[in-house]
Amino acid sequence: MSDQFLFTTEVFFNGLMAGVLYALVALGFVLIYKASGIFNYAQGVMALFAAMTLVGIMEGQVPFSHIINAMFGTDVHHFGWHVPALLAILLTVGVMVIFAWLVQRVVMRHLVGQEPIILFMATIGLAYFLEGFSDLMWGSEIKKLDVGLPQGGSFWIEDMTAGLGSDNFYGFFIDRLDIVATVIAVLLVAGLVLFAQYTKQGRAMRAVADDHQAALSVGISLNFIWVLVWSVAGFVALVAGIVWGTKSGVQFSLSLIALKALPVLMLGGFTSIPGAIVGGLIIGVGEKLFEFAIGPMVGGATENWFAYVLALLFLVFRPQGLFGEKIIERV
Amino acid sequence: MFYREAGDFKVSYEQDSQTFPIKFDRYRYYFVLLIAFLVIPFTINDYWASAILLPFLIYSIAAIGLNILVGYCGQVSLGTGGFMAVGAYACYKLMTAFPEVSMFIHVLLAGGVTGVVCVLFGLPSLRIKGFYLAVATLAAQFFLVWLFNRVPWFYNYSASGQINAPEREAFGILITGPNAPAWATYLFCLIFLAFCALVARNLTRGMVGRSWMAIRDMDIAAEIIGVNPLKAKLTAFAVSGFFIGISGALFFALYLGAVEVGEAFGITKSFQVLFMVIIGGLGSIFGSFAGAAFLVLLPVILKVVGVDVLGWPTDIVAHFQLVIVGALIVFFLIVEPHGLAQLWRVAKEKLRLWPFPH
Repeated sequence: MSDQFLFTTEVFFNGLMAGVLYALVALGFVLIYKASGIFNYAQGVMALFAAMTLVGIMEGQVPFSHIINAMFGTDVHHFGWHVPALLAILLTVGVMVIFAWLVQRVVMRHLVGQEPIILFMATIGLAYFLEGFSDLMWGSEIKKLDVGLPQGGSFWIEDMTAGLGSDNFYGFFIDRLDIVATVIAVLLVAGLVLFAQYTKQGRAMRAVADDHQAALSVGISLNFIWVLVWSVAGFVALVAGIVWGTKSGVQFSLSLIALKALPVLMLGGFTSIPGAIVGGLIIGVGEKLFEFAIGPMVGGATENWFAYVLALLFLVFRPQGLFGEKIIERV
Repeated sequence: MFYREAGDFKVSYEQDSQTFPIKFDRYRYYFVLLIAFLVIPFTINDYWASAILLPFLIYSIAAIGLNILVGYCGQVSLGTGGFMAVGAYACYKLMTAFPEVSMFIHVLLAGGVTGVVCVLFGLPSLRIKGFYLAVATLAAQFFLVWLFNRVPWFYNYSASGQINAPEREAFGILITGPNAPAWATYLFCLIFLAFCALVARNLTRGMVGRSWMAIRDMDIAAEIIGVNPLKAKLTAFAVSGFFIGISGALFFALYLGAVEVGEAFGITKSFQVLFMVIIGGLGSIFGSFAGAAFLVLLPVILKVVGVDVLGWPTDIVAHFQLVIVGALIVFFLIVEPHGLAQLWRVAKEKLRLWPFPH
């Protein structure tokens, strides 16, 4: 096998791994969109908030310490304890559930029946709010997140594949974190599907997604389901936040992964969970291969826009995305 | 009492179809124009010009442009930052290529170039609708910013990758560069704003505007009654692009002076202008002004209160600003989804009947 082919294969694999991470974020969008018709722009910021809360709880940071210090002239930073990762994750899930309840109670309940664009704007407002709030609460400096996920290149894969090419080829470099992330994503999707298919709440969730009024008429509480959906989305955000936060540190740019997930959604269709995964993989592989093959010719950093342009061109031919429900328009 | 149609007799078609049919409205409009053109230029100073007035004028133009697209034609666009960048770079290329030509021509041409680009990115809107279109316009945002960052021709091969506005004149008065007097830059922007508002106002009450609104309300129904969706959507994109391009050119040449594209015209700019439109009121020219004023003033006020009065560190105040802007947006959407313009409309309606309730 030629080196060029092997390098391309390596890029392909890395693209697949990146695609899994995109799909992880896109999943949260799809869940909320299906159940309530809300296009939740705040999903990325929710991931940031979840990751920051997790770090804050693990490190025993004092919430709002910056404001407290500024207002009272004190100097508090940490409680001085360290919470084990598992307990901290559980506590963070609790925080995300409270957040979901608050969102439903304070914001979304008052906006039922508004146009989709208004709901979308509301989530952008929510994103701004949450971004400022999490900075106020935990401070805006870059934090290191370590919940015990393995990191760094896998030497085993590198050694195994080094013999495939010539002397210039040192084997595939694949981050162990990416492999773990893939496993987590598969588990998460399987768990979500099982939850939606076989539990009472899951069925109720699907019923609401199908038809709000019909679900109401058979006695399903919309309020409860929406809180549930936002909580599940918060949980997905936490998982995405842990993976991305471990990879590149917990910082503001984490919230920008929402922007990475949008073309994935367009490609896969807003309403389809398999679509989110397949779309994520296509975009991940596509943008890595494009950057590898064409990027150097046009100045690099094509990853910023490639996904969008790909999705745009794709949509011109199939306006509902790959797996989206067929759009039927009536007067 | 004074805000009435009654007693204001229209005896010709011109009078019947004027922009402000109510006398009080009309005089208020002339009064505002008078103050803006004849009083403020003589009392302006550098701080007011650069902190409040210039951004207000420029953002108003952008907001009017976006309002035409989102509020009147119903095509949600998140690419405003990218289109403003097109205006800025077009203006820059024109300024450096033809130094002796008046800035007026440059800014107008920059608007025209942006209109063309905007139409190009608007073409998919014929197939793609709703959220899919909103996300598709992000393609324009990211692609254009990347283009201006990576292709050296656009920034004339300067080492820093920035573009800097050289000193240029209009009618023999220095307009751009650090030595331009505040009143001149203010008046220059004001003329463009007045022009844009006038054009927008008249377009939206004419045939073009009505076809936009028909498309917004339900595009299939509009198509059936004979509105050409291709024409309506693309004219909306073109006009909107023209205004946004003008605002981008002014933003770069008169307000900032030096621009690094990712920073000045990033995605936050798109959202900022969109918020102005939403908070001000979709489908309202007055709303565009109100929204722009609101979002320009809010950070200034918060900064004065937070940093100067309370003495908090600037980063905390900046975070508070995000929280407050976010909360206000949600609040406005809950309380009044039609924005500040709706409050204004309600107030006018009350005034018309006052002091009698019916």
